Amino acid sequence: MSEIFVLVDHVDGTVRKTTGELLTLARRLGTPSAVFIGSGADSAQAYLAKFGAEKVYVLDAPELTEYLVAPKAEALAELVSSKQPGAVLISSSAEGKEIAGRLAIKTESGLITDAVDVRAGGDGVETTQSVFAGNFTVEATVTKGTPIVAVKPNSAAPEESPAAGALEPVSVTISDAAKTAKITDSKPRAATGRPELTEAAIVVSGGRGTGGDFSQVEAFADSLGAAVGASRAAVDSGWYPHSFQVGQTGKTVSPQLYVANGISGAIQHRAGMQTSKTIVAVNKDEEAPIFELVDFGVVGDLKEVLPQATDEVNKRKG
Amino acid sequence: MNIVVCVKYVPDATADRSFDSSDSTVDREGVDGLLSELDEYAVEQALLAAEDGDGEVTVLTVGPADAADAVRKALQMGADKGVHVEDDDIAGSDAVATSLILAKALGTLEYDLVFFGMSSTDGTMGVVPTMVAERLGLPAVTYGSEITVDGSTVTVRRDGDVATETITATAPAVVSVTDQSGEPRYPSFKGIMAAKKKPVEDLTLSDLGIDASEVGLGAAWTKVLSFAPRPPRSAGEIVTDEGDGGTKLAEFLASKKFV
Ligand SMILES: Cc1cc2nc3c(=O)[nH]c(=O)nc-3n(C[C@H](O)[C@H](O)[C@H](O)COP(=O)(O)OP(=O)(O)OC[C@H]3O[C@@H](n4cnc5c(N)ncnc54)[C@H](O)[C@@H]3O)c2cc1C
Ligand SMILES: Cc1cc2nc3c(=O)[nH]c(=O)nc-3n(C[C@H](O)[C@H](O)[C@H](O)COP(=O)(O)OP(=O)(O)OC[C@H]3O[C@@H](n4cnc5c(N)ncnc54)[C@H](O)[C@@H]3O)c2cc1C
Repeated sequence: MSEIFVLVDHVDGTVRKTTGELLTLARRLGTPSAVFIGSGADSAQAYLAKFGAEKVYVLDAPELTEYLVAPKAEALAELVSSKQPGAVLISSSAEGKEIAGRLAIKTESGLITDAVDVRAGGDGVETTQSVFAGNFTVEATVTKGTPIVAVKPNSAAPEESPAAGALEPVSVTISDAAKTAKITDSKPRAATGRPELTEAAIVVSGGRGTGGDFSQVEAFADSLGAAVGASRAAVDSGWYPHSFQVGQTGKTVSPQLYVANGISGAIQHRAGMQTSKTIVAVNKDEEAPIFELVDFGVVGDLKEVLPQATDEVNKRKG
Repeated sequence: MNIVVCVKYVPDATADRSFDSSDSTVDREGVDGLLSELDEYAVEQALLAAEDGDGEVTVLTVGPADAADAVRKALQMGADKGVHVEDDDIAGSDAVATSLILAKALGTLEYDLVFFGMSSTDGTMGVVPTMVAERLGLPAVTYGSEITVDGSTVTVRRDGDVATETITATAPAVVSVTDQSGEPRYPSFKGIMAAKKKPVEDLTLSDLGIDASEVGLGAAWTKVLSFAPRPPRSAGEIVTDEGDGGTKLAEFLASKKFV
């Protein structure tokens, strides 16, 4: 079985859930090897082994994090050239896609982004993408080089499959050419205490219909243990930070349950949530396009509906 | 400061976009095209960055004959001249080939900075800016929500997944711009009239020294095996709030085991 690379998505060694998903998908293609870039591999090792990484390549050097993606792509490309894996899976975040793009050029390989499924097929690695705001499903394959696939969060349920997870340090030298876009300042985002938007099983979002007050949306989210999202109209009005925006130019979410409150359902918003398993909306306009998508909808004022629903949920939880 | 802005001509996202069943590429016949809305933000930032200098803003597109519309729109907004790479052999190019054509076209132009949108509204890959930077060996400062150009230094604020970062590079460099960077201007009447006289250079693959076998559908390193419309969602249950909407909502969630 060929070796399949999974680029680990982590913050200082704390591995994000998408990596477990990628390792699970990688096992369909061959034997997963995790590629860990940066510091903290020791704290990541147990997680990576649990989800099936036979090896963990560790690439650690200060330059890898002092500059924007180019050094990471360079180090990864070298490892790909020497190990010749059967495929490289990367999470389809802004940074992941940039690394994937550079890797494609460096290794002369085809690239597929925003995949929602990956499997071994007759033509090699086959992928499914959800395109045109989720209105079409496309199956594709890579025909040249090492298939590089950027996979969206929540594309598979992480399944444990214990493996050795042996750490294998790899020496890296970064060229001056890769050290040109310097990160001069980094302010970590304050934790909200809620699940991460792209990883959450339930997302409760608010739009212009909140009128700027997200307290009812947040209270309802908390009753369900959900992440909070927002439409661009709410973000542009300064009511909620951009990092919580759902849609074409925000995050794509694909949770078990998505609840849209005071959101009309514009195509660009749908692009970020249309693949959610169950969709619920609260909107006072019965003609709102969001109702075309829903499994359950309430035509009504969210200021009345949400507090009542929150109380009821809290009561049922006992 | 001379700036090139790369813009894409795309099918209107609010229309019914589809695929051409003969070759699985985007159906450009059935739907009107336009300048990708996200590239308007790049044009705006390029115009602002060039405002108090004596440089020029050149708008560059790779696309079919109608893509001239996208160039014209950017000229109406205030760009000085246009370059349109058009060749039948380009049809069906993947991201790798598109980045090759853009890199070669940039090789014929003089620039300090190259501006891009954060992603197109059709392919939405968000990889072309970095791929072009990779090919040209240029620094790339990407997903800028705030762009500052000071002499030959470009600085962007980038609202990443886990942190807000400040990133700087020295020209020549590639910059990509998000829709958080500031509303793009509308073309003024004066701008629309002036655009008619602005020069647009048409280039073909042979002008750029690219062999037809390097680009287009046949040369793509990825292949579409099939495409299908997403099955319509089955109609859901819709209730009107009569004082019990919240309770009904909670009951639905409980019936689906979310509570
Ligand atoms: C290039 C581009 C990219 C974009 N990217 C995104 C994106 O990533 N994400 C995104 O969301 N949008 C995006 N948009 C914007 C998108 O087109 C819409 O403008 C936006 O989604 C609208 O937000 P909204 O639904 O909150 O507001 P509106 O469309 O104004 O809808 C508000 C809704 O709230 C309802 N309402 C009002 N008051 C109440 C109340 N008291 N109780 C219940 N309901 C109420 C109204 O009936 C209405 O349906 C993008 C647009 C463009 C052009
Ligand atoms: C639904 C769909 C799915 C696709 N999936 C894949 C895939 O998985 N792999 C693959 O290799 N190709 C894929 N393609 C093809 C790919 O989208 C095109 O090759 C495209 O030229 C480059 O990608 P993009 O539009 O996503 O650009 P992005 O990388 O999203 O574009 C970012 C920026 O680059 C600039 N830019 C992009 N294209 C041009 C242009 N033609 N002229 C000038 N500037 C430009 C713009 O500034 C734009 O804002 C797909 C196309 C579609 C329609």
